[in-house]
Amino acid sequence: MPLRLLKYGLSRDYPVSGDIPATPALKPAYDVVIIGGGGHGLSCAHHLAKYHGIKSVAVLEKGYLAGGNTARNTTTIRSNYITPEGIAFYKEGVELFERLSQELDFNVMFSQRGQLTLAHTEATMRSFHMRAEMGKHMGTRTEVVDQKGVEELCPLINMDYGGALEILGGLWHADGGTARHDAVAWGYAAQASRRGVEIHQRTEVQGFEVVGDRVQAVKTNRGRVACGQVLIATGGMNYDVALMAGVELPIRCYPLQAMVTQPLKPWLHTLVSSVSLHTYLVQSSRGEVVIGGGSDPYQLYSTRSTLDMKVHLAEGAVHLFPFLQGVRLLRQWAGITDMTPDYSPIMGASPLANLWLDCGWGTWGFKATPVAGKRMAQTIADGRVPDILKPFALERFETFRLLNEMGATAASH
Amino acid sequence: MKLLTCPMNGPRNIDEFQSFGPVRARPDPNATADPEWSRHLFRAENRQGVVVEWWRHVPSNYFFLAERDLVSNEIIRTFDASEPRGRA
Ligand SMILES: Cc1cc2nc3c(=O)[nH]c(=O)nc-3n(C[C@H](O)[C@H](O)[C@H](O)COP(=O)(O)OP(=O)(O)OC[C@H]3O[C@@H](n4cnc5c(N)ncnc54)[C@H](O)[C@@H]3O)c2cc1C
Repeated sequence: MPLRLLKYGLSRDYPVSGDIPATPALKPAYDVVIIGGGGHGLSCAHHLAKYHGIKSVAVLEKGYLAGGNTARNTTTIRSNYITPEGIAFYKEGVELFERLSQELDFNVMFSQRGQLTLAHTEATMRSFHMRAEMGKHMGTRTEVVDQKGVEELCPLINMDYGGALEILGGLWHADGGTARHDAVAWGYAAQASRRGVEIHQRTEVQGFEVVGDRVQAVKTNRGRVACGQVLIATGGMNYDVALMAGVELPIRCYPLQAMVTQPLKPWLHTLVSSVSLHTYLVQSSRGEVVIGGGSDPYQLYSTRSTLDMKVHLAEGAVHLFPFLQGVRLLRQWAGITDMTPDYSPIMGASPLANLWLDCGWGTWGFKATPVAGKRMAQTIADGRVPDILKPFALERFETFRLLNEMGATAASH
Repeated sequence: MKLLTCPMNGPRNIDEFQSFGPVRARPDPNATADPEWSRHLFRAENRQGVVVEWWRHVPSNYFFLAERDLVSNEIIRTFDASEPRGRA
């Protein structure tokens, strides 16, 4: 009804309510300062305010809300990892996504359509059997399927390419899905600010005031902010921000690229990923085919795209679905990812008593936005790391207790 | 296409090369405690700025060094491992 819309627009009685208030003045101190206004920082803020009654919280975001990797990711949500510690954590993450639209009173368009990862070699099939057994043992829906199973799940896939890249089978993860990334971040931001959390955009942390083993304050482009507790959740900048506090993280930054095609009629009903082709595809609710793959081949702090990588992704996509060859690309982009040596995140304590880490999310952290926020909020509120997070501690590198998720991460995010 | 100038093979497509990451000092195995080993194994240079790193020209299996800016991606110089590592 255009007329009603016009009336609504001009009416004083129905003012348009913004989801998130404009950035307020900075107070001199907060109980909790969260550095980074991506999904993770906002989720933590929401959980602090809603479940722990901590409302003196400021989220400091150097750019605009959720403009980092939260805005750039390809939204694969899954728990088919290989270590029991990893699966337990990501499983909780998937379960939180199942209830997220209700939790946020905001439709995050969670679509649990399942993820199919393809094997082109016997070695990959063997590793899929291990992941499937591990997944079943941990209570997730993960199973190995043969060639017929792949064809049934994804009838349009090109099975008979032959040679080294013939499809031998797959790993079917019925719990896998996608959600709208902006909705997740904005949903958390809206809920948090409704409960009193302050969100400060264009507020960059440029240094820390450390006295003894505590952070007294953070220094920003808008002034000094004293803090009770501090969380670092700055995505691709985690290494740099932690270093400002004197904490050197085992992180190296690599670009990760992705792209989408023009919208098509719905034809791809699962998430599809190929380990050997380093390519994965998902059709968005708008019909666009989102295509992603492996990281750039060398370290770089840049969100530039390269033709090489885009050609590689297009080749992988056309290989699996030859009819895509005439389809046009609509957009392409990259994010800076903070990669850890074992492809698992670094969560929990830092060498400073009141500085907490939610870092090392690399190419796989969107799916953990709800669970990392929930568990980091619990950590900050209790001043103690819960059992589920303990395996992800920074100390694991010094004790050589790595959580190797490389094989379960590299191609499928 | 980005070019990398190999000290042995001249300018080639960077696709022909493999990065082996920033050069790290090798600790003395007899005088190194676990935390230092961990540091050596897991922490590589990642500051925004220029790094010296190992590269390999894959077809000729030749390893050499490059100075590269991690922000602008400019390759400042490439040189054989026998040459001095300091900045020119
Ligand atoms: C192309 C691509 C595809 C991906 N695909 C997937 C996927 O399919 N599934 C999945 O689970 N994960 C995926 N990821 C990874 C995922 O995007 C990230 O792990 C996740 O979004 C991290 O969220 P975050 O909130 O920690 O970081 P971000 O969303 O990056 O937020 C960090 C924020 O901190 C801000 N910041 C930085 N420095 C400062 C400072 N000094 N002061 C104040 N603020 C600062 C930044 O501006 C940014 O907004 C992908 C990543 C990329 C790049």
